[in-house]
Amino acid sequence: MHMADALISPAVGGTFWLISTGLVGYSCRKVKAALSDSKVPLMGVVGAFVFAAQMINFTVPGTGSSGHLGGGLILAILLGPWAGFLVMTSVLTVQALFFADGGLLALGCNIFNLGFWTCFVAYPLVYKKIASLPLKSSFFWAAMLSSVAGLQLGAFSVVLQTVLSGVSELPFVTFVAAMQPIHLAIGIVEGFVTAGVVAFVVRAQPQLLETPGLMAAAKPASTKLVVMTLMIAAVVVGGAVSWFASAYPDGLEWSMSKTSGTEELDAPDHPVYSHLTDLQAQTAFLPDYGFKERPSPQADKNSQRWPAVNAGTTVSGLVGGLLTLTLAFGIGFLLKLAKKHSTASAA
Amino acid sequence: MSSPGLFIVKAGYLDVLAQKDSVIHRLDPRVKLLTTLLFIVTVVSFDKYHLSALLPFGVFPIVLIVLGGLPAGYILNRVLWIWPFAILIGIFNPLLDRQVLLHLGSLDISGGWVSFISIQVRFFLTVSAAFVLVAATGFNTLCLAFNKLGVPSIFVIQLLFLYRYTFVLADEAGRMVRAWQLRTPLRKAMTVNTFTLVLGSLFLRAVARAERIYQAMCCRCFDGTFHPAYRLKWKMADSLFLIACILFLVFFRFMRPVTWLGEFVTGMFS
Repeated sequence: MHMADALISPAVGGTFWLISTGLVGYSCRKVKAALSDSKVPLMGVVGAFVFAAQMINFTVPGTGSSGHLGGGLILAILLGPWAGFLVMTSVLTVQALFFADGGLLALGCNIFNLGFWTCFVAYPLVYKKIASLPLKSSFFWAAMLSSVAGLQLGAFSVVLQTVLSGVSELPFVTFVAAMQPIHLAIGIVEGFVTAGVVAFVVRAQPQLLETPGLMAAAKPASTKLVVMTLMIAAVVVGGAVSWFASAYPDGLEWSMSKTSGTEELDAPDHPVYSHLTDLQAQTAFLPDYGFKERPSPQADKNSQRWPAVNAGTTVSGLVGGLLTLTLAFGIGFLLKLAKKHSTASAA
Repeated sequence: MSSPGLFIVKAGYLDVLAQKDSVIHRLDPRVKLLTTLLFIVTVVSFDKYHLSALLPFGVFPIVLIVLGGLPAGYILNRVLWIWPFAILIGIFNPLLDRQVLLHLGSLDISGGWVSFISIQVRFFLTVSAAFVLVAATGFNTLCLAFNKLGVPSIFVIQLLFLYRYTFVLADEAGRMVRAWQLRTPLRKAMTVNTFTLVLGSLFLRAVARAERIYQAMCCRCFDGTFHPAYRLKWKMADSLFLIACILFLVFFRFMRPVTWLGEFVTGMFS
């Protein structure tokens, strides 16, 4: 469920970069205070462990397909939420740089989706609470339910980020309906694996989970941090949703057609208006996010709002684009020739 | 070598490329990191129906690949390897957005197809730029740049460790998988039960290794601080490169050279 750069807008990517950078800075301070620097190599090696573990496939029971480990929750359990979050961030950074698994601009979103929910919400609020119950299988259910919760929240933020970016046409409801059940299944499998691995470690070397240096950082994440982060995210999401509503004013149009008989007020037919629209379309850093327009009697009007539907302009645009691409390759080729020439003359 | 080990060594070849020497390799890692990020933000800032305006941005990775002497085939291969993912996420656009956006002769092209192709172009541009960044800089140098740009040392040291030991542990995981394969030759993948046991042992081995490494480092006076092998120096060439990149990005983002060129050429034939 890694987000790619091709699917997000700069506003969404930038916002989550800021949020994730803040969380990384805060976690670094916490880890530094709670953990001696000497344990930093341990964090790195455990991160490498998650990486290596992701390369082993296992059979998902009953389906025949294979899956691999996500890792956020297991890191929080083994290292504590702060160190776990930092290690998860590093895993995602290496994945983005070497495998292009999730883009560089989308890195903030991915850290939030896969690290924040597991380490700062699922671990302290679900795992810790259930694991401390005096039941025989409390430990298993803690791992299971927190895996499911972490992945559900992560999948939901993937949907929100994708819809808010507006590059993909997937409507919110369809996307949610597809993502949540898939990640419920993945969460259950991940729950089994997490519970199994942690149970194994506890049986083989219980002292590993009780090392004071390691577990000192395992205090539940402060509620203040979680609430603050969620509030920032909510403001961003709220702002974008209101804009979503205004870009998609079905209810409003419906009520207008009831009252005035037309679905939309005509745009003032004035050169200044069209000129400004054109200018805005050219310079907008947050372009009109064009949510899917339903084919309706107003479709013609909608297409007129789009600045470059004129077939002539579009064709010349395409011709120009292909020409520049050819030029780009030409530049590359010429540079290569020039380099060969200079090395040959030097030798 | 085992398949997980091989897989990661293939990815690590990007880092081997970083040891080359070229104009691009000699640039300060900070300037390369900043320009790559600026490039990605500029590319994704276009509206989803923009297509022709995106194409000139191909100049950026192409010029860096050539000036850096990087193997274009290898980088393209790496990009193509994950391309199916971009197709999968883009394919819903043509299905959902069927409003005709442009006519090429008798062919009607819907907005969905335009945005689908736009997503693919964005994918190629952003992913190749990221690969070029790593291949022309190298992971250790990039970490040094992170540190200089204000990322806390504790995070950077841990990131360096993670990267270094990923190769070691992937090989270790590969050996464990091979041992399992020899014992269960008819199965393609492990059951969840076996998987948890293998993973548990791998974790214990990883921790034991971390302990040994830490002791060895203590013997060599490790005190938790980051000591890079060399200092970064911002040179004139770095400033020039940064300015040139910004001018390039601003020009192709806000002007419409592509439309001018297209109009000029189509005008000549009509």
